Amino acid sequence: MTESLAGAVLVAVAALLTVSAAAAIVRTIRGPSLLDRVLAIDVLLSVVSAALITEMAVNGHQNNLVLVVVICLVGFIGSVTVARFVIDRRPHEH
Amino acid sequence: MNIDLLLDLASAACLVIGALMSLAAAIGLLRFPDLLSRMHAATKPQVFGLLLLLTGLGLQLRSWAVVPLLAIAWLFQLLTVPVSAHMVGRSGYRTKHLRKDTLSEDELDAVVQKAAADPAGDGAAARVGREGPAVAAQPTLRERPNP
Repeated sequence: MTESLAGAVLVAVAALLTVSAAAAIVRTIRGPSLLDRVLAIDVLLSVVSAALITEMAVNGHQNNLVLVVVICLVGFIGSVTVARFVIDRRPHEH
Repeated sequence: MNIDLLLDLASAACLVIGALMSLAAAIGLLRFPDLLSRMHAATKPQVFGLLLLLTGLGLQLRSWAVVPLLAIAWLFQLLTVPVSAHMVGRSGYRTKHLRKDTLSEDELDAVVQKAAADPAGDGAAARVGREGPAVAAQPTLRERPNP
């Protein structure tokens, strides 16, 4: 990739992913339920893998490619595990 | 216009649009009202965004050796995202983390009502109803004769 195009892509993608990660962290903090937090953490994980892929594309190496594959493979285990054990803690009217 | 510049531009477009998918998911996470609509937004970077980013990476590396690895990454994502979405959606429905007024149709509601009206739990509706599929496997196990 030419120098100027690579720099422009890196700045644009970094800005977009920073805003996305910040929004996902805000949703993780605010909740309101555990499942919302799990969902936001999933989005945060996909933002991280997007950053890894972009960095590889801009710098032209493939050091982190296996890491991206592993994230795709095991990324779902956390949310499945948490979702299995969710109980409703809110007060009920009945 | 030479082919290298063309591939570079295509790769850059793929990367930026893939990052835009992440931004769309983040905006959806912040602004959508309940869990199910937030799940709808969160899927965008996980499937389509990842496809765009991997395509951009493949166009940039320009080596056939990495294409199987990129395809494997996307295929595994395609296999595992529905599993976690199913589990999160199921426990979200059971713990009532959803707004019924935003649903256009709730197909599970009739089944749950039928199961709640049949406390013996031997009806077919009860098997997929209140207790859910994980517990619903037990009646069929009980009916099996002892060896």
